Amino acid sequence: MTIDTLRLTAEDALGLLERREASAAELHAAYLAAIGERDGELHCYLRTVETAEGDGVPIALKDVISTRGIETTAGSKVLEGYVPVFDSTVAARCKGAGLPILGKTNTDEFAMGSSTENSAYGPTRNPWDPERVPGGSGGGTAAAVTAGLAPWGLGSDTGGSIKQPSALCGNVGLRPTYGTVSRYGIVAFASSLDQIGPVAKTVRDCARLYAIVAGRDPADSTTVEVPEVTLPEGERLDGIRIGVPREMNEAEGIEPGVRDAVQQALVLARELGAEVGECELPRSVEYGLACYYLIAPAEASSNLARYDGVRYGLRAGADGYYEMVERTRDAGFGDEPKRRIMLGTYALSAGYFEAYYGQAQKVRTVIAREHAEAFDRFDVLVSPTSPTVAFKVGEKAADPLAMYLSDLLTIPSCMAGLPGLNIPCGLSQGLPVGLQLIGPQLSENTLFAVGHALERSLGFDTVPERLR
Amino acid sequence: MAITREEVLHVAKLARLELTVEEVERLTEQLGAILEAVSKVSELDLSDVPPTSHPLELVNTWGEDEPRASLPLDEVFVNAPDREGDLFKVPPTG
Repeated sequence: MTIDTLRLTAEDALGLLERREASAAELHAAYLAAIGERDGELHCYLRTVETAEGDGVPIALKDVISTRGIETTAGSKVLEGYVPVFDSTVAARCKGAGLPILGKTNTDEFAMGSSTENSAYGPTRNPWDPERVPGGSGGGTAAAVTAGLAPWGLGSDTGGSIKQPSALCGNVGLRPTYGTVSRYGIVAFASSLDQIGPVAKTVRDCARLYAIVAGRDPADSTTVEVPEVTLPEGERLDGIRIGVPREMNEAEGIEPGVRDAVQQALVLARELGAEVGECELPRSVEYGLACYYLIAPAEASSNLARYDGVRYGLRAGADGYYEMVERTRDAGFGDEPKRRIMLGTYALSAGYFEAYYGQAQKVRTVIAREHAEAFDRFDVLVSPTSPTVAFKVGEKAADPLAMYLSDLLTIPSCMAGLPGLNIPCGLSQGLPVGLQLIGPQLSENTLFAVGHALERSLGFDTVPERLR
Repeated sequence: MAITREEVLHVAKLARLELTVEEVERLTEQLGAILEAVSKVSELDLSDVPPTSHPLELVNTWGEDEPRASLPLDEVFVNAPDREGDLFKVPPTG
């Protein structure tokens, strides 16, 4: 049979396997054929795996996820040619569930960016409009799912790298509660923020993949016991209290088309039975970005110290050891990692530590407290995921601060370790708008239930018009 | 300017980054703008707020203290730029 991957959800694919209408190898081959057809233009994949290993629905993995025997570069030249000798826990769990790996997807270098333009291997393009970015850092996985080049995939999220690309590509992405998914074998960026999570066409697919990868892992001491995942079925929202943080829905820089699409989804939520009320997160939004751009670079400067040309990765030629290390790091890192290493090293250096890093850690407490107060009154909070729809390739590349603003609305909840789900809620200027649902820690099942009901009612077509 | 050229060179030394002249110039300008933006955190008086280093209230995580097999040395060295016997080989520090 011919398998059209463009509309196929992971559950559809599972149905084909269960009814024996297709084999896992045929499914895998169908996706590879789609990649052969469309990935020349989009560049979602850094490399593909030609043979299906496993009897399940194939999966794309962001290239920060270590895969035994498959090159893993994190989008950086410093790791070019690096082939892990072990599997990350999430890769092992995918394999354990029988999911064949389709390939490794493109990312901003070390997951640092909001457009996937910072990849050392060239940018990924948005399937809705190849002149535009897919978001980042997980643009490769998000664009692949939208373009039918993978039924689902895993990304990593530090300040919005799952939710924001899902918003810009018009699909569903979950940044789970910090600690629910193991980070063992993940190329580290900022350890108190990094989380692995699923990207798919539907909320149910996202919930299924989350159930496969989540859970305590003895190899990652920050992981916790995870409540059993409930696949969402209901189409009503009776009894659900939705909070609308004023600052996150009226912030300067939110495009009118984005705000309107989210407001319309809230009207729909009321019709489905939800109680919708306003709330406030004043300091989370005003200080969140500044807090993030101190803490994440500080942790990154420490994590990226390991790329020294000694044990793996690139080594630049030099007569002396320190010269070798300094040259390796200059040659191996691109502009964005260098900027963040410099910023983080400065913020942690003697004389500045308390004013920058210490103060940012206190702001983090303030952000967590504000969210906790909001959850006294509400089950979930709603806002746009990204202030804008997908922007043009090159538009923000020269201005780091403008790029950082892309994550204005995803960052606050990340600082508090809270889960967030992006669902597409409409189009603005012909491009997808993402709606962000934030819940308390370990409230993934609530996010799935609310996201599913809204998704069913919204009826958003995840296939870009130009591919229909 | 929130950061001087000398400070950029000092931080580059701390971070073990050999930067080109052009990179030093660009980073001085960009880091200045970014530092100005992130300095916003100092507007708040948070003297009585405790810091958060980690989003979960985890204190200790215990595991059984049992020896397990490590990676075989040939696998450990498979990605090494240079090796001498069972050691990573690097240029002299002197």
